[in-house]
Amino acid sequence: MGSTSAENHGTEGVGRRDLIKRSAALGLISVPTMSFLSACASSGGDDSGDKAKAGKKTAKNPLGVNDTAGMEFVLFDGGFGKEYAEDAVKIYEKDFPKAKVKFSATQKIQSTLQPRFNQGTPPDLIDNSGAEQMDMGVLVGKNQLTDLTPLLDAPSYDDPAKKVRDTLRPGIVEMGQFDGEKVWILYYAYTVYGVWYSQKALDSLDEQYPETWDQMLAVCEKAKKKGMAGWTYAGKYPYYLPFSLYPMIGKVGGREVLDAIDNLEPNAWKHPAVKACFDAYYELYKKGYILKGTPGLDHIQSQTAWAQGKALFIPNGSWVENESANVIPKDFDLAVSAPTGLDTSDKLPFGTIWASGGEPFIVPAKAKNAEGGMEQLRIMLSEASSKNFTSKVKSLTAYNGGTDGIALTPGLKSGVAALDKAGENVVNPRLQDWYVQLQKEKIGVSGLGEMMAGRLTPAEAIKKIQGYADEAAKDDSIKHYKHQ
Amino acid sequence: MQHGKYRFIVGFLALPLGLYALFVVWPFIQSIYYSFTDWTGLSPEFKMVGFDNYSRMLDDEIFWKSLQHSLLFALLLPVVTISLALFFAFMINVGGRKRKNGPVVSGVRGSSFYKIVYFFPQVLSIAIVALLFAFAYNPDSGAINSILRGIGLDGVQPLWLGDPDLALWAVMAVLVWSTVGFFVVLFSAGMASIPAEMYEAALLDGAGRATTFFRITLPLLWDTVQSGWVYMGILALGAESFAVVQIMTTGPGGPDYSTTVMVLYVYQKAFRDGQAAYATTIGVALLVVTLAFAAVVMRLGRRERLEY
Repeated sequence: MGSTSAENHGTEGVGRRDLIKRSAALGLISVPTMSFLSACASSGGDDSGDKAKAGKKTAKNPLGVNDTAGMEFVLFDGGFGKEYAEDAVKIYEKDFPKAKVKFSATQKIQSTLQPRFNQGTPPDLIDNSGAEQMDMGVLVGKNQLTDLTPLLDAPSYDDPAKKVRDTLRPGIVEMGQFDGEKVWILYYAYTVYGVWYSQKALDSLDEQYPETWDQMLAVCEKAKKKGMAGWTYAGKYPYYLPFSLYPMIGKVGGREVLDAIDNLEPNAWKHPAVKACFDAYYELYKKGYILKGTPGLDHIQSQTAWAQGKALFIPNGSWVENESANVIPKDFDLAVSAPTGLDTSDKLPFGTIWASGGEPFIVPAKAKNAEGGMEQLRIMLSEASSKNFTSKVKSLTAYNGGTDGIALTPGLKSGVAALDKAGENVVNPRLQDWYVQLQKEKIGVSGLGEMMAGRLTPAEAIKKIQGYADEAAKDDSIKHYKHQ
Repeated sequence: MQHGKYRFIVGFLALPLGLYALFVVWPFIQSIYYSFTDWTGLSPEFKMVGFDNYSRMLDDEIFWKSLQHSLLFALLLPVVTISLALFFAFMINVGGRKRKNGPVVSGVRGSSFYKIVYFFPQVLSIAIVALLFAFAYNPDSGAINSILRGIGLDGVQPLWLGDPDLALWAVMAVLVWSTVGFFVVLFSAGMASIPAEMYEAALLDGAGRATTFFRITLPLLWDTVQSGWVYMGILALGAESFAVVQIMTTGPGGPDYSTTVMVLYVYQKAFRDGQAAYATTIGVALLVVTLAFAAVVMRLGRRERLEY
């Protein structure tokens, strides 16, 4: 018979065939699961002090940077791009012409840097941001970061009479602390969270931005009649909802409610203010004010639908102006507002908004040239660099001010106005940087996402979320934090 | 005659075995070792914690959910994919109607074209496939719901990936779509080596398509099917399911954890939560599941080897 594969079926072939099959099976499992972990296993970090010798502290060089030591800077290449950092690196190179600066930008912060932390050879300055952000709690807990207090107490780049600390926006220094006085992180960008909309669309309805929930429902009803949904949100990532929901809870019930939630206090979520706000959002779903199909949209898809005028409002952060720049029409007149409250009996006035630092910069404890890393940050916190950032990427920085004399885009202008209006009433819920899994997956996707898709009632959602929070409070594999 | 035979064999095997031990076996041992520590993955310091990670895993609700989904992937996907592939391969190679003056055994009309069409998804990276389908599943403007609207089914507009009851199935369908072509080609190659005389004999005896398939094709193809089965199961437990779930679904991990799988959980624990030791523990569990799966399939599929 004309078979071509007889030799494979001979008695001698049996063992070989099985061997191949089994080794193929073993090899295949090893690839996805295990060897990739071991690949970054610790190969014995060496702590022997190959750190750069400190230079001489002068008025021009208050941190005492060794002007011949190399400096390595790794940037997260995300929504803000890398140009702003390259510009700042050029200034460093001008100030220290003998120093060799190695600058690189990547989206894969964790996969590139985790092995280097393990080996004890991290770079001198890192923008630890993006989807692959390294867990700050772990880095702090394992003493992997340099205390940035010397930088904060150094004179600012522009004015020797002023400390860097005094040039920053409120809340930036506190956000960099975990427990105690030391400051581990410097957030460089400043993000305004809230309800984003097109002023033009609102005008076409003859409406103002609603300040009470009854007005909100009225605006949505009017929009619905015109064939426009009231709201949409990143349905696949419902942890965008808190950008307007949490400050609303703070406005209705006071800051203590948000602090109790952050501190994972028992029954924190059972506060009446939380229930009232959940009910309010759920009503948007019940009355059909949410764009159809929203729970199946990701952030880009929902932002696109919103920019096309299919929905009026979207909870988001100030990066949306840069991120959706190519779908937002020219005459959109982008605006942001502090979240709508319930009524006049709310604890805080209308205008209460969530704003906080973004783009966390860190200097590793084992950095060879930690002074250099801090000096680079000091340069970036100068007025000129801050202006450069703002005009290039349409976002504010941690530097307080620096918006004079540059043309602000509509969204940015409205963000600055919202901050002015908020004044003291800026809230800063910390769940998203303290407890990532709890905030994103559990509260966000499994709680709020399910409720807004109509699969949980507000009462059920609160019960579920409180359960998750209690679990997290008990879980000793994660580090717990408290508001100071 | 036997003198030096073993030294000769050892000489040839030393290098590959050494490489295998270094790059495959050693990482396994290392990973198992790390599962007994509290290593974070972010610093070189760790200490031994005994079975803490394992007892934690047994209490971890999300782990159980991901295990359940992984098992479903490993059991269901090979059945569906391989049955479809067998059917397609049979039709392409053997299932054709007898044509005048043509060969006795042939595929349906246009079979070589079909072969290319089936294989086509295979040349796309799984990441691209997942992205494409994520767009198609978009409930607002995606292709699938648009088609439903187009044929007048305005009322039927599922949320697909946003619906916990549908998300897992939607993801599985993508995996079937993208892998079935590979098996069609694999089985086609196997069928090509089955002697045509057997089919001729069967046809002369008056056997129909179904009989030919179950009495001749399947038994003679059994080895290939079994290997394909194990391969697909491992694919479904490992890399492929990770890619589609990570790229396509909510969160990721699906609405209310409806699509989370073990590999994804390993990844999240190691690279999001800074708990590399716990991740290796789940990795060990996945290793056990995969080995058990392979063993069961091999055992159940054991048959007398047919000679032809």
